[in-house]
Amino acid sequence: MANHSGHSGQTSSRITLRVNGEEYTLTLDHRVTLLDALREHLDLIGAKKGCDHGQCGACTVLVDGRRVNSCLLLAVAQQGTSVTTVEGLGDAATPHPLQAAFVERDAYQCGYCTPGQLCSAVGMLAEVTAEAGSDPTTSARRSALTRDEVAERMSGNLCRCGAYPRIVDAVLDVIA
Amino acid sequence: MNSTSVAVVGTALGTPTTRREGWEKVTGTARYAAEHTPPRCAHAWPVPATVARGRVTAVDTTAALALPGVIAVLTPFDAPRLGPTDDPQLHVLQDTVVPHHGWYVALAVADTLEAAREAAQAVRVTYETDPDTPHDVVLTVDHPGVYTPEKANGGYPAHLEQGDAATSFAASPVRVECTYKVPPLHNHPMEPHAATAHWDGGTGRLTVHDSSQGAGPVRTALASLFDLPEDSITVISEHVGGGFGSKGTPRPHVVLAVMAARHTGRPVKLALPRRHMPAVVGHRAPTLHHVRLAAREDGVLTALAHEVTTYTSRVSEFVEQAAVPARVMYAAPAHLTTHRVVALDVPTPSWMRAPGECPGMYALESAMDELADALGLDPVELRIRNEPATEPESGHPFSSRHVVDCLREGATRFGWSAHRASRRDGPLLIGTGVAAATYPVLVSPCTARAHALPDGTYVVEVNATDIGTGARTVLAQIAADALGVPLDRVTTAIGHTTLPEAPLAGGSSGTASWGWAVHDACTALIARLDRHEGPVPDGGLSASADTRAHAKQRSPYARHAFGAQFAEVQVDTVTGEVRARRLLGVFAAGRILNPLTARSQFVGGMIMGLGMALTEHSTTDPAFGDFPESDLASYHVPVHADVGDIEAHWIEEDDKHLNPAGGKGIGEIGIVGTAAAVGNAFCHATGRRLRELPLTPDRVLAVLG
Ligand code: FES
Ligand code: FES
Repeated sequence: MANHSGHSGQTSSRITLRVNGEEYTLTLDHRVTLLDALREHLDLIGAKKGCDHGQCGACTVLVDGRRVNSCLLLAVAQQGTSVTTVEGLGDAATPHPLQAAFVERDAYQCGYCTPGQLCSAVGMLAEVTAEAGSDPTTSARRSALTRDEVAERMSGNLCRCGAYPRIVDAVLDVIA
Repeated sequence: MNSTSVAVVGTALGTPTTRREGWEKVTGTARYAAEHTPPRCAHAWPVPATVARGRVTAVDTTAALALPGVIAVLTPFDAPRLGPTDDPQLHVLQDTVVPHHGWYVALAVADTLEAAREAAQAVRVTYETDPDTPHDVVLTVDHPGVYTPEKANGGYPAHLEQGDAATSFAASPVRVECTYKVPPLHNHPMEPHAATAHWDGGTGRLTVHDSSQGAGPVRTALASLFDLPEDSITVISEHVGGGFGSKGTPRPHVVLAVMAARHTGRPVKLALPRRHMPAVVGHRAPTLHHVRLAAREDGVLTALAHEVTTYTSRVSEFVEQAAVPARVMYAAPAHLTTHRVVALDVPTPSWMRAPGECPGMYALESAMDELADALGLDPVELRIRNEPATEPESGHPFSSRHVVDCLREGATRFGWSAHRASRRDGPLLIGTGVAAATYPVLVSPCTARAHALPDGTYVVEVNATDIGTGARTVLAQIAADALGVPLDRVTTAIGHTTLPEAPLAGGSSGTASWGWAVHDACTALIARLDRHEGPVPDGGLSASADTRAHAKQRSPYARHAFGAQFAEVQVDTVTGEVRARRLLGVFAAGRILNPLTARSQFVGGMIMGLGMALTEHSTTDPAFGDFPESDLASYHVPVHADVGDIEAHWIEEDDKHLNPAGGKGIGEIGIVGTAAAVGNAFCHATGRRLRELPLTPDRVLAVLG
């Protein structure tokens, strides 16, 4: 990480972010969150800002495959990591199966929580596969996931439109 | 891209159809209001008042302006003057009076979001408060300032009375008298209110992306406030991350964004911080309900009185019309419905999903359950025995009313029995409850245009807004059937003030209002195509429609949607946690135009009603005058794990007295009655009645003793 102003009072740094397989080198104020770096600096607006305080999950992205609230991470600390946003999951021509399942199931209404739900679900399924679930007492594998367990594991992602049942349906579709 | 696009002509309506903007939403390319970044775009961050009643005496901007990247700080002393508005909430930074906590008293504008936020924090505001008139934010039923307004929200008379409720009540063999309490509730759409404003001083054009339920009313408000001709303003609300009423009127953020853009000469983006929202985007006012029901031994009502006390702000009067549904639901020889209100130092309440019906039916349907208990009668049967032949208030015939069918079908699907028993499972008490639902059918005049293109496709234009309802999709369905073409030949253009003028997405009236104009424009286009000889010219052929003459709200018929909600809850006697194991709703809302998206709306409404029943709770803090539960960590909207088994069903109604598409509107009825059904199930499970929402563990444990 380059030292931007060369003394301890520096307020910005030049860093390289790796997002969806692309490298972006930019100079960022140290206060810029990963979420704002994506949205305001890279025009990757898929990750949403619902609260900016780690309370809603709308900003969920994958960092090195793990789901995180990108509003709680400083962008300058992400040098050397690999970030995946909803744009990196797939596009309309080659969608991720979960994206297709969301469309088919109508697992959304306004769509504002949707990118976070999708990234969270992808991260959650990876956790289950690795048998390192959010609940340490469970060793459920993907195919054994119940509705209740999917709902429990997805509860950090709020949806004010109340698309929850359809979101769970969509997740169960892709692991069936 | 519609995976279920319909090949057979004339059958688009009624067919489950995936959303037209679905792929944009799931791939992250759908752009919401704050996601437009014109070159040189600056960021704005508002400064909320920290007192609930007083006056700004000074704003020291020195420290804020000294920060790197700060462009301007606007205050009530130097902000540009605004033109007239009929909503004083939009007159931001125009005077020094602070009418409530969270009222905006300054605006920081900077090159970056981080600098704007820091500058807002560095602004020093000095207030003058009067110790002799401290702020007053606590609603009580006997508040000395309580008065009876002339009208409640929606234009309903505040007070209606027939017969003599007191006498009938005293003379009736069976009666219940109860008070219920609903706290302030917050809309909290997932997308915070946001606007990006771009003022071009050279051409005098203003372009605004606003997160709004209606771009048209926003443009009208901005034209007056900034003294601009409407046709020099474009407002775009292409994708909107929910609103639930809070984006139904123009809000201060858009005025501040435009003010800052004009003042700085830079495009300005302003997204509300989540914690600001409760104070500036409207909320559901708390309601105190006094309900008296009296009946004969057979359960037929002899007297009904629903008296509501609520608050408004000192800025403007908004009265939650919570006693109005009683005028629709049940007849009684003595019938009294009234609203009383007190103006406090609180933010101005406004629309939140089913204003009036939602809290009103919580109270009324809870009281009906108490009456059923008092009579020893099945609550489904009690409602059936009180089914009115005509609308109780007006005497008008109903255009259609299938509440009894909803109750019966729901009872069958849910497994309801007149002799249902509550049960115990270890520490859990399990019970069931029912409530009815109602919501009026509203419609507004609208215009639309339809184009036929030479390649055999059609474009339908109307400035409708899709806040998550699926408006784009259902309007295409309406157009396809009206034109008699396959659905995939029709494109809809919405969410832009350059399109034909249309009313906002609110009051569950969008599809009826917009769809009527779309239907008429398509019908006119067919006539135009019939008259035309030869192929469609390169520029296409168009036809327009304006429903002003016939889309009238007044009708000889009483027009309402109805429903029935059933709930099974478990109450943990150890932790006090209440969970809804099952929710089942059956609705009668006219023709269901898109079963896929309709089910999402019904279920979504029921889940918001579940939040109202169990977790959503706000308070006005007597010490500071604010809402302490202002963010999503403290104001608990339902999460995935709160939702058990949930089903929405409907009865197909063929109602000829509505609009060409035949729908009654479905955005709001799903929330109506849910909280009552859950509360009634709680009572069935525990034998105890809680009359204050939400049913949180502290209250539950207190009542279980
Ligand atoms: S925006 Fe990050 S959790 Fe809400
Ligand atoms: S789809 Fe609107 S918040 Fe989830």
